[in-house]
Amino acid sequence: MNQVNVIKTIQENRTKKNIFAQKIFFGITIFPVILTLIVAIALFFRAFPILSEYQLSDLLFGEVWRPNQGLFGFRPFILGTIWVTTVGVILAVPACLLVSIYLAEYAHARTRSIAKPILDLLAAIPPVVYGVWGLLSIVPFVDDVLAPLAEGRLDSVPLLSVTQPTGFGILAGGIVLAVMIAPLIISVTFEVLSTVPNDLRHASLGVGATQWQTIRNVVIPQTLPGIIAAIVLGASRALGETIAVLMVVGNVPNIPTSIFDTAYPLPALIANNYGEMMSIPLYDAALLGAALVLLVVILIFNILSTLVLQRMLRRK
Amino acid sequence: MDAHIQVKNLNAYYGKQLALKNINIEIPKNQITVIMGPSGCGKTTLLKTFNRFFELTENTQLTGEVLVDGENIYNKDVDVTEVRKVVGLLAQRPSPLPMSIYDNVAYGMRIHHLRKNREEYKTGVKHYLEIAGLWDEVCKRLSEPATSLSIGQQQRLCLARGLAVEPEIILGDEPTSALDPISSQNIESRLLELKKQYTTVIVTHTLRQAKRLADYVIFMYLGELIEAGPAKEVFSNPKHERTKQYLEGLF
Amino acid sequence: MNFKKKHFERRHLIELFIKTIMRIALIIVASSLGLILWTILSRGLPSLTWDMVTQIPKGGYYMGKEGGILNAIIGSIYLASGGTLIAIILSLPIALYLQAYAQDSKWGDYVRLSLDVLWGIPSIVYGAFGFALMISLGLRASLLAGIIALALVELPIMTRAMDEVIRRMPKDLEHAALALGSTKFEVALRVVTRQMLPGIITGILLAFGRGIGDAASVLFTAGYTDRIPTSLMNPTASLPLAVFFQLGSPYPEVRERGYAAALILTIIVLLVSFGSRWLASRLNKYTVK
Ligand SMILES: Nc1ncnc2c1ncn2[C@@H]1O[C@H](COP(=O)(O)OP(=O)(O)OP(=O)(O)O)[C@@H](O)[C@H]1O
Ligand SMILES: [Mg+2]
Repeated sequence: MNQVNVIKTIQENRTKKNIFAQKIFFGITIFPVILTLIVAIALFFRAFPILSEYQLSDLLFGEVWRPNQGLFGFRPFILGTIWVTTVGVILAVPACLLVSIYLAEYAHARTRSIAKPILDLLAAIPPVVYGVWGLLSIVPFVDDVLAPLAEGRLDSVPLLSVTQPTGFGILAGGIVLAVMIAPLIISVTFEVLSTVPNDLRHASLGVGATQWQTIRNVVIPQTLPGIIAAIVLGASRALGETIAVLMVVGNVPNIPTSIFDTAYPLPALIANNYGEMMSIPLYDAALLGAALVLLVVILIFNILSTLVLQRMLRRK
Repeated sequence: MDAHIQVKNLNAYYGKQLALKNINIEIPKNQITVIMGPSGCGKTTLLKTFNRFFELTENTQLTGEVLVDGENIYNKDVDVTEVRKVVGLLAQRPSPLPMSIYDNVAYGMRIHHLRKNREEYKTGVKHYLEIAGLWDEVCKRLSEPATSLSIGQQQRLCLARGLAVEPEIILGDEPTSALDPISSQNIESRLLELKKQYTTVIVTHTLRQAKRLADYVIFMYLGELIEAGPAKEVFSNPKHERTKQYLEGLF
Repeated sequence: MNFKKKHFERRHLIELFIKTIMRIALIIVASSLGLILWTILSRGLPSLTWDMVTQIPKGGYYMGKEGGILNAIIGSIYLASGGTLIAIILSLPIALYLQAYAQDSKWGDYVRLSLDVLWGIPSIVYGAFGFALMISLGLRASLLAGIIALALVELPIMTRAMDEVIRRMPKDLEHAALALGSTKFEVALRVVTRQMLPGIITGILLAFGRGIGDAASVLFTAGYTDRIPTSLMNPTASLPLAVFFQLGSPYPEVRERGYAAALILTIIVLLVSFGSRWLASRLNKYTVK
């Protein structure tokens, strides 16, 4: 074989290797794309027995949860999830927006370089540790400080009256959730704000606007969809949070009327009961149905916010 | 000469790097001053010290004084926003705000509450769009987003936006370098018209533009002020070797 | 002309007010970290003993008698390592593919979107999914099932982190290599891998840290036992569940040990987090920025 041929063969080999690798790698990328579907389908099949036996509306809006009598009403759990998530998001959002705007617009590089690891650590702390913290600090805090503060003063205010005396409940769950989702909301919002080119800020500052005027009139309008997406992302994270919330919300399947009520969110229902009472017919199907409901809601939140964020954060 | 801006012993640092070395100049009132010099010599930096944009870059430091109408804009109790209202900036690339054409011009007036009612704002916007030579082109599409304009129109819009807050000084950092020849010419003639009422300081790389516009010339090299003087003298009879070389196109 | 600041002008007051509440918000967020760490440390430290990290539970441990939670520590390390390993096997090719072939393609967008969506699926759902699979296949809770559930939780975290860090890699280097006649695959392997090392390490450690702390996914899949698993088919304890179960105990001593277990978990997670930061910054020195 002459030299040219050798080189040719090497070249061909390399090209083949390239194509081969590309095919294998491509094959692997299919996995994440279809995994969501696989999870949803698997849950659907396992939940099918109950979906075929009951009306979907009976399941979703039924108020009574008595599996041994064949009553599978998700309503208390769905409402519990909504309550805890809403309180968590309401508590988290103002602080998170302020912090991310501060970090993106005002803070010196040094402040940012201190804040970033703090946020990373907050995000790294395991849910169960948040739960322990909630149990040791937040539940007593609600019981000893917030409830007495509200008692007598806010009794007539709907949603805020003190209803039970233990500290366990929606407010405690909401506070823990707020801290848990804060790093996510802050870092995503920060990234969204960073997409605003400095030219725009300078255009506003250049005519003598203050920094806050610039933020309010230029930066925020420009990034509003992304900021909302960041909040929705945080909310979807809160919807699915299990262990930490479970440890502080009380887990009583009632219909909440106040933030001091106990609640029993869907993830807690699944976690507390799965694998225990397998002898009761349809019980496991009902719980996997609950997981499916949770998954569907979270997917909707998630896909919407991710689409917005992908467009906004597309690298320029 | 009636100096509108006086620079005294000005040193500017990016981190540890000295970008302006002991600059002393006076910039005449109601004339066009052109800053020239090779790339990286500190023209932009100098311009940014006039409206306190320099401090927007992190990790910078400044010593010395910049006096506008005899008042040091770096004094502790000075309001930066007041400085920037008086000293307007026309950037290199047009940067329309993400709002309508109308709102772009009204933006600064609203910030400073310069008008009382809707009618006054309307006349104000019209007035400054006319000054910027843009009114005829946009009077029918004031509510369209400013980004729908051509680049040249955007730059004139930015001029109108800057003028609307009633500045006394206009800074321009190569304000025509992103534009096509006709748009450039348009901006140039605006600046010439405006010089009776405004003190104008322009950075430019094109010698011909400098000759067309300048009443007064500043030549810089490696962060230092080499030569400053009336345009006619500097162009016809530069005192320094560097200036001569630059004018002959040796850089 | 007068530039003197009128401090009581409305907009300056607003500016001052906004800046102040922003700083307060930052302090609140930052101090919540301090509060959490302080709570765990001050409540966990008193009951933290050498026995806890060197012994498995003896008889009567859950009534306050002797023993430790070595079974849970080892179990968690097994679970998280296994999950991380599987996640790496899938993540690396995906991240490489995204970088080398799909930087701006439609397919790349789909893959990234899918990863983001997977990242948002709560681990309780992965746990339920794992459990659904197990009962369909007639399997029992085991180390293997736990590893698979954790791998699913970790996969999107790891891949996104890798993709994100690698994306910031300077592109000139890659183009230079392409110009020298390498195929894209070779670029991916040689140049990119070397450049990507910080990203890969960061992604792996991030996912490992998440995996070791995750409770909801292993709750039904890995089971719980007092023994250290010797085979992939054994059930296994895990640290988060050790915390969780001990806190549910009516015995105060056991609850106290739950706090200590939480402290151990926190320390492991913080070490992993600091470790990845340190490693990434070390590696960064040797790569072109
Ligand atoms: N943001 C910055 N950080 C660090 N150094 C900078 C920065 N901006 C400018 N410099 C440095 O300061 C010096 C002066 O820069 P400047 O932008 O003022 O030059 P210039 O005369 O405007 O150049 P050009 O004609 O290319 O616009 C240069 O050496 C430059 O490298
Ligand atoms: Mg410049």
